[in-house]
Amino acid sequence: MATTTRARPGLSLGRWSSGDAVRAGIITVLLLFVLIPLPGMLSSYWVDVLTSVTVYSIVALGLNLLMGRVGLVSLGQIAVLALGSWVAARIAFAGGLPFPIVLLGAGLGTMVLGTLVGLPALRLSGLYLALITLMLAGAITVALRTTNFPNGGPGFLGHTEDVRGNPAVRRPDIAVNDPAYLRYAIVVGIILFLLALWHVRGRPGRAWAAIRQSEPAALAAGVNITLYKLWAFALASFLTGVAGGLLAAHVGKLYTYQFSTQDSILLLAVVLMGGIYSLWGAIVAGLFMRFLPAVLDNWGLPADLLTILFGVGILQVLLTAPGGLSQQFPRDMKKLAGLIARAVRRPAAPERSE
Amino acid sequence: MIEVSELTVRFGGVTPIDGMSVEFPEGTCGLIGPNGAGKTTFFNVLSGFVRPSAGSIHAYGDDLLGIADYRRARWGLRRTFQTEQAIEELSVYDNVALAHEHSARSRGTRHEDVLGAIEFVGLEADPHTQVGVLGARERRLVEVARAVVGKPRVVLLDEPAAGLPDEETAHLGRVIKRIPEHMGALVILVDHDMSLVSACCSVTAVLDFGKLIASGPTAEVLRDEQVIKAYLGTEE
Repeated sequence: MATTTRARPGLSLGRWSSGDAVRAGIITVLLLFVLIPLPGMLSSYWVDVLTSVTVYSIVALGLNLLMGRVGLVSLGQIAVLALGSWVAARIAFAGGLPFPIVLLGAGLGTMVLGTLVGLPALRLSGLYLALITLMLAGAITVALRTTNFPNGGPGFLGHTEDVRGNPAVRRPDIAVNDPAYLRYAIVVGIILFLLALWHVRGRPGRAWAAIRQSEPAALAAGVNITLYKLWAFALASFLTGVAGGLLAAHVGKLYTYQFSTQDSILLLAVVLMGGIYSLWGAIVAGLFMRFLPAVLDNWGLPADLLTILFGVGILQVLLTAPGGLSQQFPRDMKKLAGLIARAVRRPAAPERSE
Repeated sequence: MIEVSELTVRFGGVTPIDGMSVEFPEGTCGLIGPNGAGKTTFFNVLSGFVRPSAGSIHAYGDDLLGIADYRRARWGLRRTFQTEQAIEELSVYDNVALAHEHSARSRGTRHEDVLGAIEFVGLEADPHTQVGVLGARERRLVEVARAVVGKPRVVLLDEPAAGLPDEETAHLGRVIKRIPEHMGALVILVDHDMSLVSACCSVTAVLDFGKLIASGPTAEVLRDEQVIKAYLGTEE
């Protein structure tokens, strides 16, 4: 699809209020903090956890787009992540290609596979689509269990059972140690979030918004519904594929148990809790998925507690905050600030009878 | 101009449109009839949501039924819906721009076209306002703006005045009346408000139980005995 280089005035962008400037400033400071001093300050355990959070935030971003923008529910995203890791490992062991190329290859390869998988699912929606994607995820897991992940072995599948001395998936030369790799992953994550934002704010975002609200209205406005649904699938698969590449080099050695079908369902839960109507929700989801379990583990609490917590969280989101935490938290903070301001303004207010 | 000949639609045992043959000339044409007469079904056939079992529709010489549904907007066919379908999540501007970028050929004039359409329907709201916060009247106007932006050839309006108070209906009527002249499109208006139809439409066709019972100049059609009978439901 050709894109114009001409600036298009007034299309969503281009209006900056002072609030936006403040927000952008805060985001930049936060990002710089997470990017530069933070990785050096943490123990290797937490660096590992944060790298994982970054990877799963990108995976969550894919599902966030599918559900929040187009209204497509997928229960197979972790299997797509596994595909991404497989493709990345395959490319990485094939030769000395630079790491960004490996990531790009993983993204594009997964995009093609993910879109093919999504193709028959396009006629379905809602519960049936969710079921189909769950089945496909199961099928991919079964297939991967027999082929296994490439680990430097011979042939196309590249897997060898000889585990002595087989190499790990190579990391980029500039990010071999853990803190450096965390930084690398965050930078890749930022690029992917900007890619998603660019889509949401642009022509595809408008088409998706139309499809989600009403397919007939979208059709009447000339939106090619099949094309834009496929586009969403392709974009989500691309993001997840790149995340798979990051994951592959993060853990070094890949095993099928790292990609359980159960995790796909968990992912849906955390994405809902994070909030599907804001891209920030994906980061919240990543934290829920990988940071919270680590915290619980650190406190010596059983990880099963999370299942209960997430169950309550989902109920809470569905009943009171359909926008998820990414919308509820700022709202609650604003309310709290208002309460505090009122309390400060009238410190000696006489007691009122209710 | 649109020529419909022997159009028939069947849903199982029901025939919402039964051998309809009619011509819509340039300008604003009315399409009226009691509830269930087949008016919206006819629009759905034109939009490609419903496949007729027989008949043909030629618009400006093109076989409309042979064009894929999502391509009909690019061909120049637009519509509004009985239940208003402005997209809440998008701004007024983006709502109109959406229709333009998916159907108009003139990419270079998009900004002017979009603002022009918003002005044409008389929307005073800031184009950057989210449609979700607008009232019923303004949402209707957004939908109409989406239907007229970027040189459409045929605009279908399905009860655009439903639920609007009289003075707002009058404003809408003035907008609709100006569409053929200012936007160069043929308009087909479905509405139950006869004052709106007679104010806007030079010619009117009447459907009853899927059959065309009258068509011609609006004033004559509204005096037609059969039409009055169909509306009042007089028994034979």
